[in-house]
Amino acid sequence: MDVELKHIHKYFGPVHANKDISIKLSSGTIHGILGENGAGKSTLMKILAGYIPCSSGQILINGIPVKYSTPTEALKYRIGMLYQDPLDFPALKVLENFVLGIPDIPFLNSQKSFKKMFHDLCRQFGFSIDPESSVRRLTLGERQQLEIIRLVAAGASLIILDEPTTGISVAQKETLFRALRFLADEGRIIVVVSHKLEDVMSLCDVVTVLGQGEVVGEVVQPFDPNELLRLMFKEIPAPVPRCTLKCGHPLLWMDRVSAPGGRCGLKECSFTVKEGEIVGLAGLEGSGQNLFLRVASGLVEPTRGEIYLGKEKLTHKGRQVFKNKGICFIPTDRLAEGLFPDLTVSEHFVLTKFDDSFFIPWDKVEQVSVNNIIKFSIKGDSNSKVSTLSGGNQQRLLLSLLPQNPKLILLENPIRGLDVESSSWIWSYLQSFCLKGTAIVFSSSDLDEIFGVAHRIVVFFDGKIVLDSPLEEVSLEEVHQAIAGVT
Amino acid sequence: MEISWVFFTATILASSAPLVIASLGETFSEKAGVINLSLDGTILLGAMVGFVTAYKSGSVILGTLVAGCSGAVVASIIGIFSIFWRIPQVAIGFVLALTCKDLAYFLGSNYTRIKGPQLENLPIPFLSKIPVVGNMLFCHNLMTYISLALIPLSWFYCFRTRPGLILRAVGENPIACYARGYKVGKIQFFYVVLGGFLVGIAGAIYSLGVKPGWGRPQGAEGIGWIALALVIFGGWHPIRVAFGAYFFGFLQALGVILQNVWINVPAQLFQVAPFPLMILALVLVNRPTFMNRFFSMFYSRPPEALGKMFSLE
Repeated sequence: MDVELKHIHKYFGPVHANKDISIKLSSGTIHGILGENGAGKSTLMKILAGYIPCSSGQILINGIPVKYSTPTEALKYRIGMLYQDPLDFPALKVLENFVLGIPDIPFLNSQKSFKKMFHDLCRQFGFSIDPESSVRRLTLGERQQLEIIRLVAAGASLIILDEPTTGISVAQKETLFRALRFLADEGRIIVVVSHKLEDVMSLCDVVTVLGQGEVVGEVVQPFDPNELLRLMFKEIPAPVPRCTLKCGHPLLWMDRVSAPGGRCGLKECSFTVKEGEIVGLAGLEGSGQNLFLRVASGLVEPTRGEIYLGKEKLTHKGRQVFKNKGICFIPTDRLAEGLFPDLTVSEHFVLTKFDDSFFIPWDKVEQVSVNNIIKFSIKGDSNSKVSTLSGGNQQRLLLSLLPQNPKLILLENPIRGLDVESSSWIWSYLQSFCLKGTAIVFSSSDLDEIFGVAHRIVVFFDGKIVLDSPLEEVSLEEVHQAIAGVT
Repeated sequence: MEISWVFFTATILASSAPLVIASLGETFSEKAGVINLSLDGTILLGAMVGFVTAYKSGSVILGTLVAGCSGAVVASIIGIFSIFWRIPQVAIGFVLALTCKDLAYFLGSNYTRIKGPQLENLPIPFLSKIPVVGNMLFCHNLMTYISLALIPLSWFYCFRTRPGLILRAVGENPIACYARGYKVGKIQFFYVVLGGFLVGIAGAIYSLGVKPGWGRPQGAEGIGWIALALVIFGGWHPIRVAFGAYFFGFLQALGVILQNVWINVPAQLFQVAPFPLMILALVLVNRPTFMNRFFSMFYSRPPEALGKMFSLE
């Protein structure tokens, strides 16, 4: 099967999201779509998957123009898509998820006949998922694997993956890449959307680079990373240098802390962070690192163990006390936990910086928000609703809301979903705090990020700290082993 | 002593029948993701329509069916407004709960305090002759049998059949269902109407059996709210929801007995007490400390998309 996109245009109101895009996808290849956030990648893929209609243009399958307007119709043309956040049913069992959507399920849903199909496909791809387990208990990587198997079972010959390597472990990434290669070798077309250069280079045969809604170049193997970077960004962003560690006094001390929650809870974790230090928390998604951040920020109360800030005991004090002591927390899910989607930028400043007056001094607020918008180069004005900002701008806004002199900043996946430019901006801003003695503890599923900026790495496995070491004293292999739980 | 114990159980089974049917109906509706908050009004409307139809036609079966249809009509209003016109379910449901109640009393005002037909007991041949069990289970009216059968059937439908799987999936993640080719709006609408039909039938069982007759106030007032609470505390699981309904029936029956034991205590107390006691019991059962193996077996989380309106983007 060969698929061709011809002169695709897409308008969202006045916004021209896709401008005259033509791409040829041929059987047996893994085709990468590379681009910054907002380059129009997701829009184009949603058009290809039948999720949204294009404003004008044509899709040709084996040279014949086809028209479809729903994902179901697209699947009839054997086009299926795996979304970044898989569209599945967390409350249902794995096998039930697998079966849903297959047209000819018998009325009595015994699922026995599908179990064999499921096992066969799992074996073929080297996946190991328990069909009886509930999807809620799966990691993001396993949910992806389940979706891939489901799409194959539903007969998809062209599979689109949107940012498939975000939030999955290194081992899962290897399994995924092997499976995708296997699918391509069988003659299917795999389209991988990503802004991660490395992943695209190691996986794809052909790469189309999008920028500002247009095709800016198409490159085939072997890739030259500098050429791809030049296509993606007008100038190549310089990597953020690690700031030097000024060894300060111990700031936060956690003594054998345990807490319930997540998949495995937190078990007897002891941890100290010094002033001016940047610590990266690694581990498989849900191994306890994010729960650890919530405990350290006072959002989750530990069931056992003590938390000290300097010499002061903070255990069971509640989030408000932690906050007043200068401990800040920025969560991954910025819209759900960090910001108020329906409030404007300036209203956020009212809530954080003008919380002592009954009447709102709007002129002063306007001043403050305009200053911050400029300082943090937020794309949007003071009256834009926060939900309309892009991920990078939301993160910049969150940083601008931090107090003047925080003692400790806790961040969950600070650059997840952000492009290289925003990421490097955010890290250089955060590092400016460290020079003033602020400590930063962040979790990340991206080891490059940790190796790039952190002074120390802490690896979580099954709710326990299994590795705690300065970065210069540890090798990448050791970290990989710790993440996978190999001791 | 044994006889009265059997009689007591049989009374609970019969008097809880409408509550079981109503809460199962609501379970279907909520499993599909739509809250039908109009339950209390719909039950009264069903009671009125069922009674009047049966009185005019002489057929209790016809009365029950027409009452079911009246419930389906109310539910379809909620369906159209919330699923297709995207008006918040809670608002429209609440308004309908009040409207239907007043409508029932208004339309039924000419039929108050008259004797009408009632559901008759139909002992099942042979089975009803079995000692103890026969009197307990097989000497009831048709609707009680139906309520008893509906419990395992609902469970089987939800957890063992293809449409049941799709029903659970729709309430869980409508967007994923859309992506997999299911017509989310139609499916939701179907279960809301089905649920409303069952609720309407439950109303008729009150006026034609459990609290016979029509008048103000009808004995079924307030039951709709209990049914709504039962669905939530029953964890959207048909069997546990039904257990809750029987427990409420037990409390009510106990009230009737204790009323005769403690004659000095005002009778109203025994009529009202089951309501707060029920809520208290449900809260206690859902406390983690009480969540023993038996109760947690039937526990499930609320449908993820419950009360949310399905739309793309």
